[in-house]
Amino acid sequence: MMRLPPGQRTRVTCTVNGQAHSGFAESRTLLSDFLRHELHLYGTHVGCEHGVCGACTVVLDGRLARSCATLAVQAEGAEITTVEGLAADEGLEPLRQAFSRHGALQCGFCTPGILASASHFLAARPDPTEAEVRDMLSGHLCRCTGYEGMVRAILEVARETTEGANQ
Amino acid sequence: MEIEVRPGLIGARVQRLEDPRLLTGHGTYVDDLQLPGTLHLAFRRSDHGHARIIAIDTEEAAAMPGVAAVVTAADIADGVKPYRATSRMPDYHPTTLPVLAADKVRYVGEPVVAVLAENRYLAEDAAEQVAIDYDPLPTVIDPEAAAQPGAPVLHEEIGSNVILSRSFSRGDVEAALAGAPVRVAGRFRMHRKTPAAMENRAYLADYDQGRRALTLYSSTQVPGIVRDSLAEILDIPGNRLRVIAPDVGGGFGGKTPLYGEEVLVCHLARKLGRPVKWCADRLEDLTTTSQAFDEIVEAELACDGDGTILGLRAEVIGDIGAYSIYPYTAALEPVQVISFLPGPYRVPSYHGAVKGVATSKALTGAYRGVGRPISTFAMERLVDMAARELSLDPLEMRRRNMVRAEEFPYKTPVGLVWDRAGFMECLDGAAAAADYDGLRAEQARARADGRWFGIGLASYAELTGLGSRISAAPGMPVNTGTETASIRIDATGAVTAAFGIASHGQGLETTLAQVVAEELGVRVEDVEVVHGDSDAVAHSTGTYASRSTILAGGAATLSARALRQQVVEAAAHLLEAAQADIEVADGAIRVAGTDRAMSFPELAKAVFVEMGRLPRELREQVDLQVTKTYDPYFGTTAPATHLAVVEIDPETYRVAIRRYVVAEDCGRIINPMIADGQVHGGVAQGIGAALYEEVVYDDEGQILTASLVDYLVPTAAEIPEMEVLHLEIETEANIGGFRGLGEGGTIGAPAALANAVTDALAPLGIDIDELPVTPDRLFRLIREANKDEN
Repeated sequence: MMRLPPGQRTRVTCTVNGQAHSGFAESRTLLSDFLRHELHLYGTHVGCEHGVCGACTVVLDGRLARSCATLAVQAEGAEITTVEGLAADEGLEPLRQAFSRHGALQCGFCTPGILASASHFLAARPDPTEAEVRDMLSGHLCRCTGYEGMVRAILEVARETTEGANQ
Repeated sequence: MEIEVRPGLIGARVQRLEDPRLLTGHGTYVDDLQLPGTLHLAFRRSDHGHARIIAIDTEEAAAMPGVAAVVTAADIADGVKPYRATSRMPDYHPTTLPVLAADKVRYVGEPVVAVLAENRYLAEDAAEQVAIDYDPLPTVIDPEAAAQPGAPVLHEEIGSNVILSRSFSRGDVEAALAGAPVRVAGRFRMHRKTPAAMENRAYLADYDQGRRALTLYSSTQVPGIVRDSLAEILDIPGNRLRVIAPDVGGGFGGKTPLYGEEVLVCHLARKLGRPVKWCADRLEDLTTTSQAFDEIVEAELACDGDGTILGLRAEVIGDIGAYSIYPYTAALEPVQVISFLPGPYRVPSYHGAVKGVATSKALTGAYRGVGRPISTFAMERLVDMAARELSLDPLEMRRRNMVRAEEFPYKTPVGLVWDRAGFMECLDGAAAAADYDGLRAEQARARADGRWFGIGLASYAELTGLGSRISAAPGMPVNTGTETASIRIDATGAVTAAFGIASHGQGLETTLAQVVAEELGVRVEDVEVVHGDSDAVAHSTGTYASRSTILAGGAATLSARALRQQVVEAAAHLLEAAQADIEVADGAIRVAGTDRAMSFPELAKAVFVEMGRLPRELREQVDLQVTKTYDPYFGTTAPATHLAVVEIDPETYRVAIRRYVVAEDCGRIINPMIADGQVHGGVAQGIGAALYEEVVYDDEGQILTASLVDYLVPTAAEIPEMEVLHLEIETEANIGGFRGLGEGGTIGAPAALANAVTDALAPLGIDIDELPVTPDRLFRLIREANKDEN
């Protein structure tokens, strides 16, 4: 294992949204800060720095991760998807449209993390119950919407996708 | 038969214009803005609730890597004028607000030393090395003790912690109480909340040395107030000072004050000639963003034998925190509590008195609902208690006392006037939507099975969209009663509508575009709404107090109508038709009944470029830009009734919300999806206030809820699906016929839930008089009740 003295920066190379990226990080640099300030991907938001609010959620090697509770150096060689990567995924357009139609966002600050969790969740659970959707969303805090629009949007996308697959 | 050629844009469920950027990570919040050479600010904050500063040693911090400056109060005295929230209110004592504490600290989290460094990590490293020597002083935590003579005093120059007192009276309440057949009284306590917007506060100041001009990017709700305040504090004229609120991640009132950090980034950017950025972390947010809902209400209600209210008396203590918040003053919330305590009822005699008491805690300020969640909680509990004494159903008790349609305009005991609004319609609407009688039958069955099942009602009315006659805060020397819209069609034919308000999640880019599009005759997506920029119009304040739809919507209506008239005048000349025959719709200009038409770009070219097409006199009148200011003068009444059905788990004491119904009168709706969202979000915050959220300070003034692990913002697992009934009752109180709906959800929910939980526990005789009613509080109440029984 490499040891870094305090204050020393090292190069971190990873694949973000399908493209190779590299930047510098100290051993203490948070992945959220690395994404934002080294790679200039400002779509990932930081709401609490404690892994509670979920705004900073990204997909890290196929699993959801709180980028504020992950060190940048842990992402060496990893594959990461942020909201910018999700935005390029046309397969997620129905989810975005459903969010917009159902009022699932207001200020939009928590939205990038919720899109990461919701799309990851739907891929694993294409036909969820409302209770399962609420359980998944309970890993995120939204102060604006009361969550109802998100629940409806996710259930609607699941229903349409499942019906489409059955036809 | 009338054929509608085009569905009305006002009232349409239009998808928000904001959404595409916010759903793809392309929103721009303050922390997303990058300016070369930016220095990052971190603070060393007070870790004492009350202490004298003996000495500050910054030497070691200043020598740390990457540090550009370490700044104390003494260092900024030359460039920052002291400021304080003044008021015309008698019996109010302003407190000077230090940007950095000089002699004393008065709450944990108060900024003492600022460190500027090349990045935030280095700035925090250095801030840790600052050494501050304190002489601790006795803290002032309990507001009732703090109000007593002899209590330690936070502000020596005032000589008392009671920094404001106010009362309202109508009629002889003592006589009404003395002779009343039924009297109920209670002591109601709402514990302190914090707005907890998901985006923490963030500021970036950029000083242009060539122009000697300052731009502040701020996550504020009120760029106009910030601009006007900074102009005075920093002595910069408004034409060289611009405040921009880009995308803002929620506010809920917490981003309405001017904060010391805002002043400081501006001062330091000017002094050092480099951009300066500060973004709060969540710890800083929870310790220093304005908090709210911290009142104790002792109140007594007197009724006749048939339930008719005879009188109401209340003594209120507001815990205002360490300083009087700028510019609203600490009177904002406490005075609102006694202003709205009588609720939507006929209250013939009233006496309400309030004291605002300074304590060693974060400042209080505006939070969604301001005071009315507390007043509604107290009054609606009293109404239910009186109904119980009289063996009347709570619904019937409300019907007998609510202001009836024929009684509008109704002057409340404090002199506010309720204009025609659907008070009774909301009450009946909520009861019908919930199948109230059916619910009572279900409750009877549940009780027979020994289940704790309760139904709670809460009715209230608020004044929204305040005009210039009524200040948003008592006696505040800031005009909050007007808004300006500046709409123009430029030389390319594109429409830009500029406003002083600042949308921070409410979807005002969309709703105001709907208003402009409808009035001007263009498509919604053709209207570019500019907001959150102090340069947009000459004067504005911002978005708060359920005002922006009414005020900015009114200004949009006036400006768009005048602009449409210009379009008609120019087009009549160009198309050689009578003005009455010109139709403007969907961005096309037509002569009715003919195929003669022109587009906005063609019109704009004729007006601005192709000189000679319009006579010179006409061009002087038609410049395709209109700025109008709207003043609704008074306010617009917005009532609602909330109905909550709860069941309490006898094992965990969790309060599960089985149903939640809101019937509210919001006047004419611009966008039903956005209206629903305002209610849903407001109710969710009200549920948090009722069941989960509480800012806790210990006796030393240490805050125990300094992370979102400890301060419980409700999640999707706690917030139920809601049934929302919008009653669109016409109003002439403002030009658009709108009623404000931003805050109502938070006003009704705590009371409805307190009544529902009380109703559920009626077999045990438990009254809920303290919120939040957490499982821990319920456990203790139920244990006490069982003890009494045994």
